[in-house]
Amino acid sequence: MSSETIITIRGLKNSFGDQIIHDDLDLDVRRGEILGVVGGSGTGKSVLMRSIIGLQIPDAGDVQVLNENMIGREEDEAKNIRRRWGVLFQNGALFSTLTVAENVEVPIREYFPFIKPPLLDEIASYKIAMSGLPANAGPKFPSELSGGMRKRAGLARALALDPELLFLDEPTAGLDPIGAAAFDDLIMALQKRLELTVFLITHDLDTLWAICDRVAVLADKKVVAVGTIEELLALDHPWIQEYFNGPRGRAAAAGLKGH
Amino acid sequence: MTAAPTTADAAPDANVYRCVGSITISRAASTQREIDAAPDPLVLDLSGVEKMDTVGAWVIYRAVRDRGAKIVGAKGDVAALIERAPEFDHPAQVRPEERPGHLRVMEEIGGWVVEAGQTLVGLVSFLGAVLIGFYDVIRHPRRIRWTAVISRFDLVGVRALGIIGLMSFLIGIVVGQQGAVQLEQFGAEIYTINLIGRITVRELGTLMTAIMVAGRSGSAFAAQLGTMKITEEIDAMRTIGVSPIEALVLPRMAAAVIMMPLLAFYAMLMSLLGGGIYVWADLGIPPLTFIQRLQEVTPLRDLWVGLIKAPVFGFIIALTGCFQGMQVEGNSEEVGTRTTNAVVQAIFLVIVIDAVFAVFFSQIGWI
Repeated sequence: MSSETIITIRGLKNSFGDQIIHDDLDLDVRRGEILGVVGGSGTGKSVLMRSIIGLQIPDAGDVQVLNENMIGREEDEAKNIRRRWGVLFQNGALFSTLTVAENVEVPIREYFPFIKPPLLDEIASYKIAMSGLPANAGPKFPSELSGGMRKRAGLARALALDPELLFLDEPTAGLDPIGAAAFDDLIMALQKRLELTVFLITHDLDTLWAICDRVAVLADKKVVAVGTIEELLALDHPWIQEYFNGPRGRAAAAGLKGH
Repeated sequence: MTAAPTTADAAPDANVYRCVGSITISRAASTQREIDAAPDPLVLDLSGVEKMDTVGAWVIYRAVRDRGAKIVGAKGDVAALIERAPEFDHPAQVRPEERPGHLRVMEEIGGWVVEAGQTLVGLVSFLGAVLIGFYDVIRHPRRIRWTAVISRFDLVGVRALGIIGLMSFLIGIVVGQQGAVQLEQFGAEIYTINLIGRITVRELGTLMTAIMVAGRSGSAFAAQLGTMKITEEIDAMRTIGVSPIEALVLPRMAAAVIMMPLLAFYAMLMSLLGGGIYVWADLGIPPLTFIQRLQEVTPLRDLWVGLIKAPVFGFIIALTGCFQGMQVEGNSEEVGTRTTNAVVQAIFLVIVIDAVFAVFFSQIGWI
């Protein structure tokens, strides 16, 4: 793994009214890694992701993605960055009036309008197959899909432009354990195959143990620690200890070692 | 990139298409076009490819699959990407299948008929549920939720005063102006007052108020109840043992039924005010004469005609609004469609019933 950083955050500050979410937060994401982001409810994991992808304008701080500054730039310039990443929102955020295949085609049509329909449809099918959906999911509307299939469809759309960087917001939340494990495997396989860098927000301890190269812990309005789970376990931060050494944390660790 | 017909070692007589640089999604369209243009038998020389993504691999794989093209010079990552492409070759349909035109028309018409029938049956059974709920509450008056009722009075009635007042005032002016223009041709401007008095009190005051309340409150009822259905609040209510009809629907029905006549009366007054100011300004009829003449030409019966209709309209607006709200199932998109349905049905039914009233009142001689 190269140690080139793909996302650099320095001194990030976010607040809603009087409530300060992040204060002087620093984080680096290296190329080619799967970085898990954990933290209690309300510690601003999603806000952090939204700040990186430009949906939330921070009060202060620097965010660099793919060596480009994200804060205070023109929408036109940002487009070049936007096509190099894919985002999977918590509930898929599929466009409800389009079919799954049409959803996958949206980013391709937007950036590459010259690609003709037959090739476009084949690319969509290819991405749908890649994200582990059956071919008959293509003409279905999002409302006809189960939660797990909706996430896979969202992933297919996120992968439409062959991104270098993939943002996943709680990809396994709301999935049954079998579905969640399959989704973990899928992300890992895709990450290897496409050499993706993955920024993964999760609450799922099994996911953390199974696929994350490093884990960043959000607490006290900052990233309090980043490292492999073994490294984090060696720290004596109370929240980290409770998180990984609580009954669920131990069960997840044991489950992984049992494999 | 060039499509030079040179001879390669691998296959004599074949056309070699040399891919160079990066074969990625940004060049997918042009690469595809150039491959399509090259004649068979085709050899793809990938030795010059520096970068390839999945879409680039797919374009190459397609040529191999569909035209039996041969690949030479693929190395490392590029070869691996192309090798993996067939693994995901499961053609998926993009859009749902469409039936032929005439079948689709029949299907649509059938769908409408079934839906209209279901709506009617649903509305009647909802009306039944509301009446049963009403009966229960009347028998146990302690179960009336006064706070809910009063807050609905405020939302449906008091907060509508501004917009309904303004609307009615303007309608009074429009009726006066249009009437004056037409009647002037016969030298009968003075009858403008008859027109304003009778049409606003008998018809427009109530009807326009009903339309405004349908748009303001009927839609709000549908959207509120619909959202509560989606967030499972109504299910939670049921499991706790609170009847949603009692807690949510009846206060809204009561508010609409009681507020409609009051709002309609207020709308009539505002229309008369608007009309009065217009005839004063344009025809020079002073307010006192206007009021005197209004009393002579507008029978009190017209007021009753207007006011009797109002609670019925209110009932219909609340019924369709609450009914559509309770029908919401599934996703948030449906809240939007149901809200639209509620307003459209409410206004439609209000106008139908207004016509029925018009015939009824003239039959009993209230002309």
